[in-house]
Amino acid sequence: MFVTAAYAQSTTTEGAVTHDAAAGEVHTETGVAQEGGHGSGVFPPFDTSTFASQLLWLAITFGLFYLLMSKVVMPRIGSILETRNDTIARDLDDAARSKAEADAAIAAYEQELAAAKAKGNAIASTAREAAKAKATADRTAVEVSLNNKISAAEARIADIKTKALADVGAIAEETATAVVEQLIGGKVSKAEIASAVKASAK
Amino acid sequence: MAGDKVDPVHQFVVNKIIPIEIGGIDFSFTNASLFMVATLAVATAFLYFTTSTRSLVPGRMQSVSEISYQFIASMLREGAGSHGMKFFPMVFSLFMFILTANMLGMIPYFFTVTSQIVVTFALALFVIGTVLVYGFYKHGLGFLNVFVPSGVPGILLPLVIAIEVISFLSRPISLSVRLFANMLAGHITLKVFAGFVASLGTLGALGIGGAILPLIMTVALTGLEFLVSFLQAYVFAVLTCMYLNDAVHPGGH
Repeated sequence: MFVTAAYAQSTTTEGAVTHDAAAGEVHTETGVAQEGGHGSGVFPPFDTSTFASQLLWLAITFGLFYLLMSKVVMPRIGSILETRNDTIARDLDDAARSKAEADAAIAAYEQELAAAKAKGNAIASTAREAAKAKATADRTAVEVSLNNKISAAEARIADIKTKALADVGAIAEETATAVVEQLIGGKVSKAEIASAVKASAK
Repeated sequence: MAGDKVDPVHQFVVNKIIPIEIGGIDFSFTNASLFMVATLAVATAFLYFTTSTRSLVPGRMQSVSEISYQFIASMLREGAGSHGMKFFPMVFSLFMFILTANMLGMIPYFFTVTSQIVVTFALALFVIGTVLVYGFYKHGLGFLNVFVPSGVPGILLPLVIAIEVISFLSRPISLSVRLFANMLAGHITLKVFAGFVASLGTLGALGIGGAILPLIMTVALTGLEFLVSFLQAYVFAVLTCMYLNDAVHPGGH
């Protein structure tokens, strides 16, 4: 085994190694490697001679990592997430408030619309009532005046009738007088003729 | 024997880059250290720069960061309740660190930090240690209720307590070995199948024809390994949440 020399080389050798193998060299089994795996001849992870150094450097690097995480990185990510949650919560609140405002506006609009409708209906109905009342009043006025006219006309007709009837009497008397004068040539008293006319008119 | 270089275990070897030795102990900056630093840098840079605009409406990358954050937050809240949220930075760091380390490991020639048992075991001990320290600090000896499930008949109690103690002690082992073994096995499998492709490819026309099968395998396994990388980070985080629940609510089961 000429392994020891090979293992003394740095890790970079490993790069060359695979290429060498590809170029025509033969690999070996794990068992062979373990025999001469390291200078001290043990399986590398169990080589206690490296433990102290590994522990020290782990303590340094992990300690520093822990410090950086707890003091710098985690507070930062935490604050980013917190800010985001706050912003989202605030935006949701704003949205809820805006929605409430919009709802209120819609309700107010509906209410005003209803009020306006009611007012419109009221105006329309009062107008209708007023028009109806006026129409009724007009009609009654017209009826009254027509009735008056009718009754006046009837009165005049009656008047004329009575006057005419009265005239009929006078005409009959005159005619009777004239007829009597022609027939008997004598004068007849007005009273006699009047009573005779009256008697015959009945 | 140069072929030994296509060794599936070679990728787990820790190499010194800058040798450092303090008090006789080797603290060298190795390739493992390099990729721990890379994990730290990549994860932090991603989370930092994707959220730098702080957009109210996130872009894709900012979403990824935010989703990771919320994912872990909800996982922890479900696992350990709102009292457990004080461990949020810990669980988030663990998840992001392991996830980034696993994902970086998927890049060819990159070292997989989480394929080292010592790393995963240290992370698991960190979790269990936190549970123990917080549990005893917060509840005193009442934390021991965690080993005494309610509604168990008196005769069975010693047996149940013994089982609970063993299961508690096995937690760091199962937590660390699960992550370590998954990453290790996945990378070895990938390497073996990819190695087949390379070696069969050298055997002429028939070999190239035969190499198609392991190639398909390699592609499929790569997809699977990405899934495993995420899943193991997720499992580690979920179990961390469950264990933390014991520390927060010791009598809660």
